[in-house]
Amino acid sequence: MVHALIFYVFSAIAILSAIMVISSKNTVHSVFFLILAFISVASLFIMIGAEFIGMILLIVYVGAVAVLFLFVVMMLEGNFKNVKHGFLQYLPFGAFIGAVVLFEIVIIIGAWKYKPNLIRVSSIPYNVSTTNTQSLGKLIYTDYILAFQLSGLILLVAMIGAILLTFNKRSDLKRQDIATQSSRERNDSIYLTDPESGKGVKVND
Amino acid sequence: MKDYISFLIYDLLKILAILVPVLIAVSMIVWVDRRVWGAVQLRKGPNVVGPFGLLQTIADALKYIFKEIIIPVRANKVIFILAPVVTMSLALVAWAVIPFSEKLVLADINVGVLYIFAVSSLGVYGIIMAGWSSNSKYPFLGALRSAAQMVSYEVSIGFVIINVLLCAGSLNLVTIVNAQKHVWYAIPLLPMFVVYFISALAETNRPPFDLPEAEAELVAGYQTEYSGMMYALFWLGEYANILLLCGLGSVLFLGGWLPPFDVYPLNAVPAPIWLILKILFLFFLFAMVKAIVPRYRYDQLMRLGWKVFLPFSLFWVILTSAFLYFFNLLPNTL
Repeated sequence: MVHALIFYVFSAIAILSAIMVISSKNTVHSVFFLILAFISVASLFIMIGAEFIGMILLIVYVGAVAVLFLFVVMMLEGNFKNVKHGFLQYLPFGAFIGAVVLFEIVIIIGAWKYKPNLIRVSSIPYNVSTTNTQSLGKLIYTDYILAFQLSGLILLVAMIGAILLTFNKRSDLKRQDIATQSSRERNDSIYLTDPESGKGVKVND
Repeated sequence: MKDYISFLIYDLLKILAILVPVLIAVSMIVWVDRRVWGAVQLRKGPNVVGPFGLLQTIADALKYIFKEIIIPVRANKVIFILAPVVTMSLALVAWAVIPFSEKLVLADINVGVLYIFAVSSLGVYGIIMAGWSSNSKYPFLGALRSAAQMVSYEVSIGFVIINVLLCAGSLNLVTIVNAQKHVWYAIPLLPMFVVYFISALAETNRPPFDLPEAEAELVAGYQTEYSGMMYALFWLGEYANILLLCGLGSVLFLGGWLPPFDVYPLNAVPAPIWLILKILFLFFLFAMVKAIVPRYRYDQLMRLGWKVFLPFSLFWVILTSAFLYFFNLLPNTL
């Protein structure tokens, strides 16, 4: 009973904060509600015994991705003021996407409920003797190694692409080169002269 | 239902039994920090309040409690108040999984390391929230710096932790400590211990990486607008975080509660004492670094994180796993 109570508390928080993400006026608040939704979903994952996925959700999405969201939203805050402007113009398209998603959910849940044969439940049983980190590792590094490595490769390509797109080498900046700086010696930078009086020295650099 | 309530009360007592010593320890290490800092600079440090000045932090905290809390008019009130609370509570919740001895651990969970890592990666929110909600330029700049710094150094801490996990073969902190019975991981993984230590300095915004609050440029960084007890919460939360990373460092690299040698007079000492001694040793190093190393420039800090530590720790992950694989030393081969 307490388990169910905790479940309902977390799922209520998750749904309410998900609603607040799209309805809150302040975009920064939206991101904070998104974070709250992530945290509640991570707690739900932990409740069903998937503690590894819950923790990874916290580390990757809350700890890194949402921080970048926050950065972008905070930087662009002024530009979001008139985001409501084209609301009616985009409403049909948004409604269409929403309808597609709803349709998909209805199909999959209906099939799961009334035609159990349509969905093949994974044949990997939940093994109590190993932790789910171990079972997950065993699975993605043996049976699904190709898919796993390929998805990693796609992410790598996306990352390199993003860096290349934003990379511009500026030549008007002075950059610190640690190697030349520490390999500089006394003889390279200092020399003693004995200038004649009234003539001075010519500095050659 | 009755079971649950007694369970709840029992657990609450256990939580208190960890929280109260941690809070006392936080106030004590603030004193240690200032004394070490003073000693390096040939000053006395706080030595007036209580014996040896031990009660100085408590006096400071009392002063903060009685000060007025000022909330800027244009600040975002809810987030402004929430920020120090988030910082302090995140620094404290992570202690739930630190094992003080084989049995003395509040939550002996399978993914203890990931839990600490997740909680410490949430820590950045306290700072971003403070910087943004203050609605002022210095806190905002400080918060941006701090967030970038913490996210960067988390990456290398992650790879360092992977090295330890490869050797121990578990994400459970008790198992990791037990795997160090023969040799502490600080010895075979010494370079990783150094990387961990320096990354921990950056992660907690300690000098020489205290750029978020570089007072010459940013007043007090993200804490500029805070006063009274809310400032004190940031200040204590920061020290609780430092203590936590020292604790994690001693669990991962210095053998947690294990004595240095398993011989008679050493192994008769109660296990938690060893952990406390190791945490104190690491904290002493933190304090010494604060006293003797000048502050980094921001581009140097980013260069160190991304161009030095990240490739180096990644290389060590490959080296460690190759070594363990070819010499057949991998733990619990499945």
